[in-house]
Amino acid sequence: MGNARDLGTSPDEVQFRFRDDEPVDHGTVTVDACCDQTNATAVRIEPGDDARLILPFLYRLALVEVNFPVFGDGRGYSAARILREAGFTGELRAVGDIGIDQLSHMRRCGFDSFAPDKRLDEDAARRAFATWENVYQRAADARRTIADKRHEA
Amino acid sequence: MYRYDQYDQAMVEARVEEFRDQARRRLEGKLSEDQFKPLRLMNGLYLQLHAYMLRVAIPYGTLNSRQMEALAMIAEKYDRGYGHFTTRQNIQYNWIRLEDAADALADLASVEMHAIQTSGNCIRNISSDHFAGAAADEVIDPRPYAELLRQWSSFHPEFTYLPRKFKIAVIASEKDRAAMRLHDIGIRIVRNDAGEVGAQFYAGGGMGRTPMIAPLIRDFVPIDQMITYAEAALRVYNRYGRRDNKYKARIKILVHELGAEEYIRQVEEEFAHLLSVGVEPPREELARIAAHFTDPPFADGPKTIDRSDPDFALWVDRNTHRHKHDAYVSAVISLKPVGGIPGDATADQMRIVARLAKLYSFDELRVMHTQNLLLPHVAIKDLKAVWTALDAAGLGAPNMDTIEDIIACPGLDYCSLANARSIPLAQRISERFAETGRTDVVGELKLKISGCINACGHHHAGHIGILGVDKKGVENYQLSLGGSEAEDVSLAKITGPGFDEDGVIAAVEKVTDVYLAARADGERFLDTYRRIGMEPFKEALYG
Amino acid sequence: MRILTGNDLRSGAVVWWNGSGWSLFVDDAVDVGDDAEEILAREEAARRVNVPYAIEASIDEAGHVRPAHIKDRVRALGPTVRRDLAVPTADKTGWDWVI
Ligand code: SF4
Repeated sequence: MGNARDLGTSPDEVQFRFRDDEPVDHGTVTVDACCDQTNATAVRIEPGDDARLILPFLYRLALVEVNFPVFGDGRGYSAARILREAGFTGELRAVGDIGIDQLSHMRRCGFDSFAPDKRLDEDAARRAFATWENVYQRAADARRTIADKRHEA
Repeated sequence: MYRYDQYDQAMVEARVEEFRDQARRRLEGKLSEDQFKPLRLMNGLYLQLHAYMLRVAIPYGTLNSRQMEALAMIAEKYDRGYGHFTTRQNIQYNWIRLEDAADALADLASVEMHAIQTSGNCIRNISSDHFAGAAADEVIDPRPYAELLRQWSSFHPEFTYLPRKFKIAVIASEKDRAAMRLHDIGIRIVRNDAGEVGAQFYAGGGMGRTPMIAPLIRDFVPIDQMITYAEAALRVYNRYGRRDNKYKARIKILVHELGAEEYIRQVEEEFAHLLSVGVEPPREELARIAAHFTDPPFADGPKTIDRSDPDFALWVDRNTHRHKHDAYVSAVISLKPVGGIPGDATADQMRIVARLAKLYSFDELRVMHTQNLLLPHVAIKDLKAVWTALDAAGLGAPNMDTIEDIIACPGLDYCSLANARSIPLAQRISERFAETGRTDVVGELKLKISGCINACGHHHAGHIGILGVDKKGVENYQLSLGGSEAEDVSLAKITGPGFDEDGVIAAVEKVTDVYLAARADGERFLDTYRRIGMEPFKEALYG
Repeated sequence: MRILTGNDLRSGAVVWWNGSGWSLFVDDAVDVGDDAEEILAREEAARRVNVPYAIEASIDEAGHVRPAHIKDRVRALGPTVRRDLAVPTADKTGWDWVI
């Protein structure tokens, strides 16, 4: 895997994690490399990558990192949902320019670990994850929506 | 009309608290302006030329008297006693203090209103036909569908950081009173041959720098798949819309560059996938929402109008619209007094309008994209009383769709992006035409003015459009002709070199001269232009 | 001359750098010469002003400060269509110089 270590974030850089399993302790490869290599178990998606290219390999992936070089580029939200919709149950890690105010939406799109470039205030982050007691849309977190609650028997 | 339940209420209240926290962090210096800007924008707070500006959403332009009274209260409590109604059926306050913004939002939340997503690269306030639920010509009331879309698009987790802003309009009539095909997505609610309700989708329309008319992308989406289809259309845009150049980031560029066919293919693929995932709200939700939009208890009554007062008769002819119940009409409240600021209303005027809505329109009001207000359901027997009250409040100008009914963006008087002022042009043109008595002679003529290429004043869609440009630090105006935002949608064409302020006013007069000389029986300005083409107008302007 | 302007962080009001603080009146603006960048950085960091920037201006015969760009001249007094809301100034030339 050569310089893969350089590419990804290490478990120490992960500030918030909503999983109990052991984090992957090696680096990630690019989407291209993932499609070529037969043994990669961790991959990193850049904003311009097509997340669907790695769907055939999900069975062997334990970690997918989605990079947000600038928080205003929202392509990674779609990438995350696409992976979850395809049944990916491994760690889905948001990395990069991530602020307090993006956390709740990212969580809803299926991210379950977060490695922000700059560490975030723990209290503020906890509040941010809990911002929405209820939600309008169906998304990757499979929460019951407001409409579901309105119409339950 | 729609009323919040405890969930809707909790959502807007949570948002107010979230914003209160964000504003506090900004004032304490924990957030830089770069970090804070997208957050305040998602709550409708801009920094404009003179101050912060707060844009409040009026979903699909519908509100009740209590909400209008709250808008008046906010104008007085936090602003300078007035507000500006916009072409997106919103209201803007021009002088809000950052320190007060969260309190203003809390006051809005107490009457089921908010400023959520009135800016930023997200799905904006959903607009609709101002005659929805009242027009004689509609297939069905489009507002329940707009409300379903409002809830879906509010705090959408995937679509909050789109390449660019995203505007959706929903109509349900052959007539287009919402510039539907000039939106990022336009939806027309239709019935198929089997009588089933569905949504017809158009995508990739817009004004701005590169105006485009949205092509049809799906003739009929079954209504219980509408949200899923919208989600597919947005996902393709979020993934592939351009992010390298702000001026090419709207969906119209994506649809244009891919070609409608390829965009449609990708959306269909995503749609099929999302149908299998299951993102549609439960069916009963639409029924629940629709129950809020049942007709008010219309009563039979007189159907004829006493036209003995000529001023009243003129207003009736110009400013009322046929209602689906024949003892009622919809009455347009003009915010275009001759020489006035298009779309501005004082707090007192808002209160008067609220009172009239309560007394005479089943407590309902609308904001029109033409920057006017509307009483949707006025009994014909009450019409004289309504007009008398409006007229006394300076709200009775009989000028709907005439050259005095000018759309003008705030322009250089308020807007930090502007190249030139829009409002003074509107004031002078309406004065000129009123003075010379030409308004009546010219008839329907939609004049629209934008202070810059962003086209908030819809100049591309004006029968006559005026665009303010910067000519070496001096205001200059480009004239264009032949646009329409209606069902006969078209984009206006530039006449030629621009004019200074006096010059463009004279030019507008000259073009109407050409029209009056050339018009055939019953032709509107636009019809004549389409028949005779640009040349005679150019000749008169530059020849 | 070069002068500095921005909006007050809390209120949003248009303000002008007067040499020691921010004034509501354009006539108080002072020439900052080459110090613009330094003052801007310091004042924005201190959160006394929002998105401040430097502009060109001149002083007329009567000693009034006249921003070079029309946009800043409009900012100096207020919307030309709501003169009742104008920033109060001692400038007797009224609005003549704005447009
Ligand atoms: S068209 Fe331009 S000047 Fe007018 S309101 Fe929009 S951005 Fe401002």
